[in-house]
Amino acid sequence: MVETILNLIVQGVLIGGLYALFALGLSLSLGVMRFVNIAHGDMIVLFSFVLLSLTGVLGWSPFLVALILLPVAFGLGWLLQRFLLQRTVGKGILPILLVTFGLSIIIQNGLLEAYGPNTRKLSGGAIELAALRLGPIDVGVYPLLVFLLAVALIAGLDAFLYRTAIGARIRAVADDPAAADLIGLTSARIYPVAMGVVGITMLVAASCMSVWTNFDPSIGPSRLLAAFEAVVLGGLGSLWGTLIGGVIIGVAQNFGSQIDASWQILAQHLVFLVALVFRPQGLFARS
Amino acid sequence: MTPLLSVEKLNVFYDAFQAVHDVDLTVGEGEIVSIIGANGAGKSSFLKALVRQAGRVTGSARLDGCDLAALSTREIVAKGIALVPEGRKLFPTLTIFENLRIGQELGRKGDIGFEQVYEWFPVLRERRDSRARELSGGQQQMVALGRALLANPRLLLCDEISLGLAPRVVNELYAIIPQVRERGVAVVVVEQDISRSLAVADRFVCFLEGEVSLSGRPADADRDTIMQHYFGGAH
Ligand SMILES: Nc1ncnc2c1ncn2[C@@H]1O[C@H](COP(=O)(O)OP(=O)(O)O)[C@@H](O)[C@H]1O
Ligand SMILES: [Mg+2]
Repeated sequence: MVETILNLIVQGVLIGGLYALFALGLSLSLGVMRFVNIAHGDMIVLFSFVLLSLTGVLGWSPFLVALILLPVAFGLGWLLQRFLLQRTVGKGILPILLVTFGLSIIIQNGLLEAYGPNTRKLSGGAIELAALRLGPIDVGVYPLLVFLLAVALIAGLDAFLYRTAIGARIRAVADDPAAADLIGLTSARIYPVAMGVVGITMLVAASCMSVWTNFDPSIGPSRLLAAFEAVVLGGLGSLWGTLIGGVIIGVAQNFGSQIDASWQILAQHLVFLVALVFRPQGLFARS
Repeated sequence: MTPLLSVEKLNVFYDAFQAVHDVDLTVGEGEIVSIIGANGAGKSSFLKALVRQAGRVTGSARLDGCDLAALSTREIVAKGIALVPEGRKLFPTLTIFENLRIGQELGRKGDIGFEQVYEWFPVLRERRDSRARELSGGQQQMVALGRALLANPRLLLCDEISLGLAPRVVNELYAIIPQVRERGVAVVVVEQDISRSLAVADRFVCFLEGEVSLSGRPADADRDTIMQHYFGGAH
């Protein structure tokens, strides 16, 4: 009994790392830059398909391909913000919702057209099967590494955002784009940098996710929902909070699935709602 | 000798509405010029137009002979014009230090550094790790002024730095202006408070409904004349 519970918690925590990776870019755009990117999940799925194609052609590990593509991911994020999303800055919530909603639909249908509706998965190689025996429970090496990667990425991003000059500029523009423009801190130059960083987190999430679980062109929105819950649970603007949010969701799902398979997602949403009632600002909101 | 700033026939339009009409103004190196005028006279629009942040701007503005129309705000700041915006416009979640550093990063190289700003406003050193929104209004205004000064401007534009502050704090802020001028920096001070800004200025211009209605030296202008041109009509 104790072992089962312990096992559920440990596995839940580890999958929480994957959710946190998935949510990290959203945490940046929503919590720091303060806009909702409806296409967040679809963009990650898009990266997954890009990895699928490239690993197919090159025959390399998806992690190696992702590593090489990191500058491309930054560039795509940068371009997206500079030439599309930037047009909506300072115009309220509706334009950005509409634009990213449209983007979401375009990506989903484009992927459906190009790859068909089938479920896919990437192979990570031998590491996927490796396991460690920790006391009474087995821990997969791959989930453990993903969790550690999430921790490392969050630590790096947190330092970038709160300890560097460029991070301060990003937060300044997020605080007040008009004030930034007045003193020559051109918001239109800063936001694309931030979105480039978001692009990097999306690619990392895509590589980890597509080795861990199945994906298909339509899965973006449900992933977006989980990411959204992780971000809000953890508190807007707190990257570590997003990790905790992801962990809570992972653990809730695991316990829910013990009741019934259909309870897996229901438990996730219930925990989210309950947390929202008692702590609407999230657990670790940066006031 | 060419003046540091020379503005000719400057107009500012917000869509069809014209907020500034054909304004001419020169400011010499190390000169302090005061712009007075009632609420809505176009003072802020004029200052913002100098850094290309106000509606549509026509006419010419030159800094040391260099045409500002061709430049972006960023480039203008880097060339040496720093604005202390109306309402301070700090970044509330950033620390004092971070707010100040942004001014330094955007500006020119020069000898006004953190030490100098902390000397002028010692409270900012004490509170450098506090977030801007935790400060009092006066302290926030010190950060806004410090942020602009750290850009080592050749021309400092101050938009109503006394607004909503206690007289003692305003004195503290205004005490800096002559010291800034000592360094050869020219200053344009915009105020609704006439006596305050005339006291510090070498020259003044009065705006009325977007036009210059009066200009001269503070010593030469009598109160009644100023009031007439400040409010317009037969006051
Ligand atoms: N962004 C704007 N859009 C439209 N009208 C504006 C804008 N900013 C200022 N105005 C108008 O321009 C006129 C001058 O405003 P402003 O320059 O702020 O005057 P002042 O600083 O002297 O109080 C006012 O009538 C004001 O309503
Ligand atoms: Mg004004």
